[in-house]
Amino acid sequence: MSSVAAPDQINPGIEDVVADNNRHKHGNDPIADQTMVINMGPQHPSTHGVLRLVLEIDGETVVSLAPDIGYLHTGIEKTCEAKFYQQVVPLTDRIDYLSPMTNNTAYALAVEKLLQLEIPEKAQWLRVLFNELMRLNSHLVWLGTHAMDIGALTVFLYCFREREQLLRIFEAVSGQRMMTSYIRVGGVSLEPPIGLFDDIRAFLKDFPSKIDEYEGLLQNNPIWIKRLKDVGYISAEDAIALGVTGPVLRAAGVDFDLRRDMPYSSYEKFQFNVPIATESDVWARYIVRMKEMRESIKICLQALDGMPEGRITADAPKIILPDREQMKTQMESLIHHFKIVTEGFAVPAGEATSSVEAAHGMMNYYVVSDGTSKPYRVHIRNADYANLQALETMCKGRLLADVVAVIGSLDIVLGAIDR
Amino acid sequence: MSSTINGTEAVFAAFPDEPAVKALAGVATGAKFDRDELTIAVAAPDIIAACEAVKRAGYNFLETVTAVDWYPSEPRFQVTYHMLSHSLKRRLRIIVRLASDSAQVDSITGVWPSANFYEREVFDLFGVTFNNHPNLRRIMMPEDWNGHPLRKDYPVEGYR
Repeated sequence: MSSVAAPDQINPGIEDVVADNNRHKHGNDPIADQTMVINMGPQHPSTHGVLRLVLEIDGETVVSLAPDIGYLHTGIEKTCEAKFYQQVVPLTDRIDYLSPMTNNTAYALAVEKLLQLEIPEKAQWLRVLFNELMRLNSHLVWLGTHAMDIGALTVFLYCFREREQLLRIFEAVSGQRMMTSYIRVGGVSLEPPIGLFDDIRAFLKDFPSKIDEYEGLLQNNPIWIKRLKDVGYISAEDAIALGVTGPVLRAAGVDFDLRRDMPYSSYEKFQFNVPIATESDVWARYIVRMKEMRESIKICLQALDGMPEGRITADAPKIILPDREQMKTQMESLIHHFKIVTEGFAVPAGEATSSVEAAHGMMNYYVVSDGTSKPYRVHIRNADYANLQALETMCKGRLLADVVAVIGSLDIVLGAIDR
Repeated sequence: MSSTINGTEAVFAAFPDEPAVKALAGVATGAKFDRDELTIAVAAPDIIAACEAVKRAGYNFLETVTAVDWYPSEPRFQVTYHMLSHSLKRRLRIIVRLASDSAQVDSITGVWPSANFYEREVFDLFGVTFNNHPNLRRIMMPEDWNGHPLRKDYPVEGYR
């Protein structure tokens, strides 16, 4: 704990790294017995987007490291303040673009808490179903890119083969492959089409054999084992102190999962295990995520088996757009439709925080309302942002090539970091 | 529907066993229990003491540090801290209010190193200064940027 609090353990920042280096008389002469500062990214295939790292290396060993972020900062939090509550949903898709429905859920939960809105059971179960499919989607991209960074190109193609099936499911339910905006304030946007659940079932029936395939390619591969085992260690105390959440924290032996420990959206009605590991290296994170995928399949099947009947949106005509048929036949529905589209809906003043277990870790939406129809403040906490702070602790004293493996194991999305 | 409890004494009387309430009994300047969420306000000079106290009381994990700009009313800035307890499985919100002419508060990176990026973000986007922060520089915006985009007097579009 105290080791993390030491000033040099906190990311020193680019200028400090460069300033440290300028103290050396020989500059960047590689032969001199000095450290060297190198730049990695923002255009680098293994940084998963536009992450820039400034590394100080001594030969092949990382002495210090500082992430430089902000290349993808689009001011989403500021934009939210200028939109109606329902118009914010498409913005949330673009934050963690590998699990858009998880973002939608977190935002919807926060606003529903402000509105004190009861969500029908069917909508909650649909949310659980698609949150877990999103976890599979995100973990497939993680596994494919992580393996590709380490040199196993085949796995990437296999993972994207299955991801394509998932994207088709998302397209069938929402009309969009990636930016789904399916989960809205008050419920979900559309009734799932006939036959979709059969398609999901067929996918889930097939998918365990695909996970076996990935493991067949990787689990006993000597290169994979050598690159992953004992790399990127972080103690559980350091991980908590640095704000690490999600699979990375569970791989450090901390048994905490929001789905089980602080359930939202009816997760308390589902039976599943929370995989943990204790080695806290890149290998442990790989094992935890692979097990999580198998648990997600179990949750999806339970959601399909027990899918309740009923409405998919809350019974709140002033908040949820009316059915098209009603709008064309009933005067009141027409008025509600007109009011919601032109004025939005007012949300009682107050502040609310929602917290969901996204594929990357804890995702919080902090929404402040001043009583109008636009949010006064939306703050988005993504696991990626905090997990990135732990990168230096994981990489310090290790080889430069291990940095790539550690970044892959953190599973970051720069859209979620920069917002 | 959950009820709302307002005021320090009312909240502290309603939750006598809550560890955060016990820990902050001396420093709280306001409290609110709204929508099943506990919010406790403290004065800016007490923030490190408050954080250490709730950390000892079981709130071992810092989720976020962020801010709200209540321009043009005063005190203008509200710095919001979210803490989570892995053992109690509960969340706590601590807020600090800062006037626009003294928009600074002590950094809590000594209590939770994870506050580092979050405090830099608040400094960058709101212009709130965190005293004794190890590396207080812009994080999202370019180094030479003028202004703080999440302030309410900063336009969403058009010219500044």
